[in-house]
Amino acid sequence: MAILQVEHLSKSFGTTAVLHDLALSVEKGEILIVIGPSGSGKTTLLRCIHCLEHPDRGTIVLDGVPFGSGDGPGRAWRPDPPRVLDAKRRRVGFVFQRFNLFANLTALDNVSIGPRRVLGLPAAEARARAAALLSRLGLAEHAAKLPSQLSGGQQQRVAIARALSMDPLLMLFDEPTSALDPELVDEVLQTMRELARSGMTMIVVTHELDFAREVGDRVLFMDGGRVVESGRPAEVFSQPREERTRMFLRRLLRTGAPHHPTGHEAAHKIDTGADRRA
Amino acid sequence: MFDFALILESVPFLARGAVYTVEVSVLAIVFGLVLGWILGLAAVSGVGWLRAITWAYVQFIRGTPLLVQIFLIYFGLPAFGIDVPAFWSGVIALGLNSGGFQAEIVRAGIESIDRGQTEAARSIGMSAFQALVFILVPQTIRRVIPPLTNELITLTKSSSLLSAIAALELTHAGQLIIARTFAPFEIYAAVAVMYLILIAILSRGSALLERRVFVNY
Ligand SMILES: Nc1ncnc2c1ncn2[C@@H]1O[C@H](COP(=O)(O)OP(=O)(O)OP(=O)(O)O)[C@@H](O)[C@H]1O
Ligand SMILES: [Mg+2]
Repeated sequence: MAILQVEHLSKSFGTTAVLHDLALSVEKGEILIVIGPSGSGKTTLLRCIHCLEHPDRGTIVLDGVPFGSGDGPGRAWRPDPPRVLDAKRRRVGFVFQRFNLFANLTALDNVSIGPRRVLGLPAAEARARAAALLSRLGLAEHAAKLPSQLSGGQQQRVAIARALSMDPLLMLFDEPTSALDPELVDEVLQTMRELARSGMTMIVVTHELDFAREVGDRVLFMDGGRVVESGRPAEVFSQPREERTRMFLRRLLRTGAPHHPTGHEAAHKIDTGADRRA
Repeated sequence: MFDFALILESVPFLARGAVYTVEVSVLAIVFGLVLGWILGLAAVSGVGWLRAITWAYVQFIRGTPLLVQIFLIYFGLPAFGIDVPAFWSGVIALGLNSGGFQAEIVRAGIESIDRGQTEAARSIGMSAFQALVFILVPQTIRRVIPPLTNELITLTKSSSLLSAIAALELTHAGQLIIARTFAPFEIYAAVAVMYLILIAILSRGSALLERRVFVNY
């Protein structure tokens, strides 16, 4: 049975429709890669699955438990009460493009605060678990450092540890390496590779095609808020069925993965415009 | 001629005024801090009517002279049968006033923190309240120390307005001596130096707090 089942998912911001009646399902242990041009709704899709954004319509069922309520096809989304939502949300881990580590806490506290404050573990136990998690990810020596004292790659790996600290059923990655300097990308991909090998279920938005081919069980190409094409990475990458996929992949191979180390917002706006016109 | 002997003679009396000033200011600062944080948090709470009340309060405090606010408390409250002595009128008026300005500082401080911090907190299942307590407020405290220090300096200096209701603070102590000695220049100079010393201590304390108590992040 699918661990995540999304159906008829629609979302618009004001008058801009961003997701159109989108469906997807993820099996336990499956690695789903999501690719697509800027502005195609990849981030919005992850944010809806994580309920950081409320969809307009649709159903999201995680491990048999629906998010929201009374939301059959065509019916408006009613979000869960805050407490219920918080409890459901922590079963899904989210890794942000820009890390978003808690700036006031050390690496260790970033990873232990969830178990401590949300799961209610005793401080000593939470810290011990966090320390074990950090050393599993090769970050033991950085435990006492503040985020500002870590490189981007290290920050992103701590952020992955933070998400794992809540024992999620499913991990969502939103372009986890696109804000990194090129030489820091590999350490993060390596961590994700190991995570995949350990059997974690993951949805990864990324334009690292080699990684996608190697680790991904399935790739999903999104454009204009719709799933245009999906299949095994090797097949989709070498013989895309849809013209739009082909164009996107050709552009990606020519220019390399979109890379915005600084000023993501500005880059985002410009990219979006360019893709619309393309 | 500048009369140093006269200044030396008046130091003990002025010092008593300075102590009064410190007492009034410290109490008002504490009151203002509590009020400022409550109002500041209310302003970012996302609860419409709380925001409206805070907004109206801040507008009133910013839009009316402090001296009028002091008179409202000291001369106005007795009209309702509430008789507040000059000292406590000072604490209340300065505290209410400072609370309005501190609310703005706290609100701006919280709003200046990257939205990603809140989202990351929510993403590991924290409630909005937990995100506020464990993530936003600690980061805000560090950020608002400099503007709050300015506010506390302003408050301490503004306490000289309490001379208008004959509170025995530093400025009024000086006025009383001048009434006796007719040496305004010497005495006001001494008063000014005493304010300078008080403010210097306050600034120094805040700089230490910023550097020692809160790690640099
Ligand atoms: N909070 C928001 N308010 C209004 N519009 C938004 C908001 N978030 C996203 N959008 C719009 O929704 C569309 C899809 O955005 P989204 O961030 O999901 O795309 P994306 O595929 O993740 O793009 P990128 O590759 O640049 O990250 C864009 O046109 C974007 O401008
Ligand atoms: Mg995105």
